[in-house]
Amino acid sequence: MSEAGDGLALGSLLLALLGGALRVSTPFLFVSLGECITEKSGRINLGLEGILVLGAMCGYGASLLSGSPWLGVLAAGLSGLLMGLLHGLLCSLRKVNDIAVGIALMLFGTGLAFFLGKPLIQPQAPMLPALELGAWSDNAQVQSALRINVLLPLGLALALALRWGFSNSRWGLALRLVGDNAAAARALGYAVVPMRVGATAIGGFLAGIGGAFLSLHYPGSWNEGLSSGQGLMAVALVIFARWDPLRCALAALLFGAAGALGPALQSQGVTAGYYLFNAAPYVLTLALMAASWAPGRSLAGAPGELSLTQR
Amino acid sequence: MHAVRAFFMPVAPVTAAIAFAAAMFALFLALQGYPALAALGLVVEGAYGSVFAWQNTLSRAAPLMLTALCVALPARAGLVIIGGEGAFAVGALAAAVVPPALSGLPAPAVQLAMALAACAVGGGWIALSAWLRHARGINETISSLLLAYIAIAVFNFLVEGALRDPASLNKPSTLPLADSLMLGALPGLDVHWGLAWGVLCCVLAWCLTRRTVFGFAVGVVGGNPRAAAMAGLPVGRLILAACLLGGGAAGLAGMLEVAAVHGSANAAVLAGYGYAGILVSFAARHNPLGIVACALLVGGIGASGSLLQRRIDLPDAATLVLQGALFVALLAFETLNRKGGRRV
Repeated sequence: MSEAGDGLALGSLLLALLGGALRVSTPFLFVSLGECITEKSGRINLGLEGILVLGAMCGYGASLLSGSPWLGVLAAGLSGLLMGLLHGLLCSLRKVNDIAVGIALMLFGTGLAFFLGKPLIQPQAPMLPALELGAWSDNAQVQSALRINVLLPLGLALALALRWGFSNSRWGLALRLVGDNAAAARALGYAVVPMRVGATAIGGFLAGIGGAFLSLHYPGSWNEGLSSGQGLMAVALVIFARWDPLRCALAALLFGAAGALGPALQSQGVTAGYYLFNAAPYVLTLALMAASWAPGRSLAGAPGELSLTQR
Repeated sequence: MHAVRAFFMPVAPVTAAIAFAAAMFALFLALQGYPALAALGLVVEGAYGSVFAWQNTLSRAAPLMLTALCVALPARAGLVIIGGEGAFAVGALAAAVVPPALSGLPAPAVQLAMALAACAVGGGWIALSAWLRHARGINETISSLLLAYIAIAVFNFLVEGALRDPASLNKPSTLPLADSLMLGALPGLDVHWGLAWGVLCCVLAWCLTRRTVFGFAVGVVGGNPRAAAMAGLPVGRLILAACLLGGGAAGLAGMLEVAAVHGSANAAVLAGYGYAGILVSFAARHNPLGIVACALLVGGIGASGSLLQRRIDLPDAATLVLQGALFVALLAFETLNRKGGRRV
């Protein structure tokens, strides 16, 4: 291949990665923002993987039945809210560990979604609309890279709002106090357990919406292999982003780009290591965790009550 | 009287949880118009109702015992490992790679080499999580599950690529094992030798954790790593050893599935035993002897799936729902347990 050809291939590869970042990052964004709220309250919910899958199924089913993808998004959020509520309530019981309950809900949510989603594999539900930000360009590749979904700007706005809310609103400060030092929060008259349950339920709601994106926009159908660890990667992503919503958004875009690497290379004719390139996001997650989580270094921003970062 | 109470104290919450999960499952099915009580009956019938059902249950319980050890042994050292599926996958791969390389040797030697290779790579895979935890402070729960996804990607990459038998057209597989290398059935039963290996490993694990100095040291590390370090215990090495042994068990399970059931490594080998093993270990409170009993329970649920599908047309994911409900209920009912304050 000529040098000009290589340059062109590299350019379209980068464009594909950008497109991937804008297209694939939305579930990471919503799950990580939800987990961010949960973890700020001092709990961790590893069940978000199950909530993501269940949300995808509920969103698809509700969109199919009602004809409105937005009702699908709402249904997905509500299913996540219920699962989050379940997690929050179970963890409030004495001697019940939040990490273990998360693993259990991961399996339970996946099983529930597979069971109830069996009839949804064939029919085609109405999809969420796309925003054509690339309409100004004549280049078809640019156009497709900038074709984003409506949930992405909503998620980015939410990240900004959370960033502001955690440090400026009364509600955000109370939540952080509950997550940092339950005894102090109790002394000031805050109800620690209800706040944690509420934060977990809201986190579940957002994770459910992330699931609706998977089934209602990209890849845009319901099947059992829809999410392979994206909910769990988002949990790691929150740690990498040091519990900062804006950094969560940046990290989500990075994960989207990594997830687009395999398909992008395949469209360039590089098919040899397809499965290996698909493992790129997992490797990236591990590498980022290793880079950001060294022993002895204090985890700036880590909620003090979080079981994940203790010991 | 005291002995009776000592036995029933831990069993009572588990029994209550099983009853609760069964009730929830029945309610869930009834709400969707399925015959709920018939379904529960079919679960019992499909798991333990006939000789065939028992054989099916025992064959499924065998790998579960080993993948559950992959959770239980690290848990003894205070680590929550949920990536047994990854060790299972690399173990299955190792078992498929070894025979072509050792074609001249007698069958028992090749089988032994397959088992050792599977244990070694499976153990190494989980030990990687332990090392990341000890050296870099990375949470082992997340890292082990990420490593499982990576292992499955490597598995698919090699089975569909470098290790693929050109003759396997529609179903990419590695070269089939020679008949002489297959592990047969136990004498007088229609259950493969994996069951004996599973029970043996659980008994050995129980002796190791409850009756040896090494097991005691691992337990101290699991109880309080800081106190263990102050007492001069090599915390890092003990964590690593617990994960090596646990991962080795899961790797052996992968080898057994290849050498006793499927005859080659292919996508059908990865049927979720690694994930179901998490439930088995938690249900047994990470007690290796309890794992043998709980593997029969969870293996039985899995074995009843096809009967549920045939008789009342339930989707095959019904057994997943029941397993999930059981897992959630077990953890919730732990709160009733007055003794045993370990929060794992």
